[in-house]
Amino acid sequence: MTLELFFQTVVNATYAASYMALIAVGLVLIFGVMGVINFAHGELYMAGAYAVVALYAGMGINFFVAVAIGLLFVGMLGLLMEYGLFRPLRDNPLGGLIASIGFLLILQTIAVLGFGVQMEHVPPSTQGKIVFSDGVVLTYQRLYVILTTVVLLTALWLFLRKSKFGWALRACAQDREAAVLQGMSINATARLAMFIGAALAGVAGALTAPLVAPTPQMGHPVIITAFIIIIVGGVGSLEGAVLAAILYAFVNTFVTTIYDGTLANIVGLLLMLIVLIVKPTGLFGAKERA
Amino acid sequence: MPERPTSRLTFALGLILLAAALIVLPHLVSLSQKEVLVLLVINVLLVSSYRLLTLTGEWSLAHAVIMGVGAYGSALVSKELSWPVPLAMLVGASIAAFLALLLSFPLFRMKGFYFLIGSFAAGEVIRLVWKWSELTWLFGGPKGIKLIPPFPDIPVLSIDFYDPVNYYYLCLIVVTISLLILYRVERSRIGLTFHAIHWQDKLAESVGVDTFRYRMLAFVISSFFAGLSGALYAHYIGTVNPNRFSVEEMTYILIWAIVGGTATFYGPILGVVVLTVLNEVVLRAIGVDEMRPMLYGAILILFILFLPNGLESLVPKAKDWFGGRKQKQAKSEQPAEAEQTAK
Repeated sequence: MTLELFFQTVVNATYAASYMALIAVGLVLIFGVMGVINFAHGELYMAGAYAVVALYAGMGINFFVAVAIGLLFVGMLGLLMEYGLFRPLRDNPLGGLIASIGFLLILQTIAVLGFGVQMEHVPPSTQGKIVFSDGVVLTYQRLYVILTTVVLLTALWLFLRKSKFGWALRACAQDREAAVLQGMSINATARLAMFIGAALAGVAGALTAPLVAPTPQMGHPVIITAFIIIIVGGVGSLEGAVLAAILYAFVNTFVTTIYDGTLANIVGLLLMLIVLIVKPTGLFGAKERA
Repeated sequence: MPERPTSRLTFALGLILLAAALIVLPHLVSLSQKEVLVLLVINVLLVSSYRLLTLTGEWSLAHAVIMGVGAYGSALVSKELSWPVPLAMLVGASIAAFLALLLSFPLFRMKGFYFLIGSFAAGEVIRLVWKWSELTWLFGGPKGIKLIPPFPDIPVLSIDFYDPVNYYYLCLIVVTISLLILYRVERSRIGLTFHAIHWQDKLAESVGVDTFRYRMLAFVISSFFAGLSGALYAHYIGTVNPNRFSVEEMTYILIWAIVGGTATFYGPILGVVVLTVLNEVVLRAIGVDEMRPMLYGAILILFILFLPNGLESLVPKAKDWFGGRKQKQAKSEQPAEAEQTAK
């Protein structure tokens, strides 16, 4: 492996880590507060991507406006899931999971009916790129993903640590009943967590749409990746999810570059199985909820 | 269970009627429906074997892949080693069972949600191994294995298994025997222990039940029959590929089990039969093939919200309703009996 290829792979891995972190953090947030594993999370990512397909590639709206609308739209889908599925099934976590599988099928079918099964081509919003001294390239399109991730996750972190709502959210994640006894509204926190969690997946999909050629099935590999990350990072730990996303993205990108993509996926899944067997609480510990 | 002599008689009569209906059925439907019928019988075995695992309280997401292991195993043994197909089917099922044995060691260190994700990961690893370019010489990569030898004909009786009706009868026999075995297992002491592990695993452990070994046993038996259903499938269709056993197929198994309910032996069978009939009769008539996943998703959500115990939970009610009209004096007995069956 040449030095140039090495640095290029580092850049690629940083980009991959960014959008994976957005998706995984959303999934962890939903699990932490609601106690439900959202199997439809990959399809929320897909919905974000299709928002950009429709608005930016289809109607020619400014890329960033399309991304923002995609974020809100997927957040709304999250609210819909909370009202329609997770709230009535709050005492039945397995039921919530199964209902989210049903929702996944519905979202996929809507994408197929609306856009067809073929790959969508989304033109890049900019041709600009940074060329480092030794020929390593980082396109602006990828830079946007990295920057947005840093900004959004920092904002989320501040929100959870500093704001009253954030405290309530973390309290609910730690001990739902105790939080309710303190007068926190479980419905309001669940709504908030679901909106933020879904919106993060949506914005990841919207931002990466020009880079990945969206298809209705694009959520499938994404949800597998997200599972690996949250297990490795420790289910319920936001910081763990970010660290695990970085770890996974680097392992995956390097194995893909050196060997091939299938082997990289196998390695990732084996990594997760080993963590599940050896340390089910995850490598980075579960601070919020075991 | 039938206790009074009259109900035992009705039970036997019902069985005879059911058998007669199953034998006549393929002659009453169109050719494409005959094919569906074969797949339906295979799926009955698949979902019933799945239920045996859920008895211990664990919901696996690897069952479709385990079915695939049986299909691949049987296909390879019969094609590459030229073993006779019936033997290859048993070998395929045994490979699936053996793989389950191996997977038990990592997977049953987990429970509940972790088991779910762990089994999902294990299944995906197997599927990726099938797809892996390094192993294309063996598993055929994403395109899978083609030209799998069909089930050998019986020239003496001039039975040709290329005909779906004959293959349907073959499947019917295999599946009936398998279901009888599964039923006996559930009714045996082993099956009762599965129930005990589901509801009170700590208590079961405290009275000396090795829960790990019983979970493993349930997983191995259920995988054997899942593998067998895969083998039946492979030699009927003649080709297997990794996508046939994807997570999407797994969702269908889940949907059948949930729509039918898993508390009774007949629940999942009810689920797969009702949904297949719905699929073939209603959906095909409307001609909305693309909408199918959405409708399945909607059905899944509606059931989990409004009928979480599945179609089977309607059966005691229906029984009650008919029984209440026929023999009012027996009414007080009926719900107790229904409850017993449900547990």
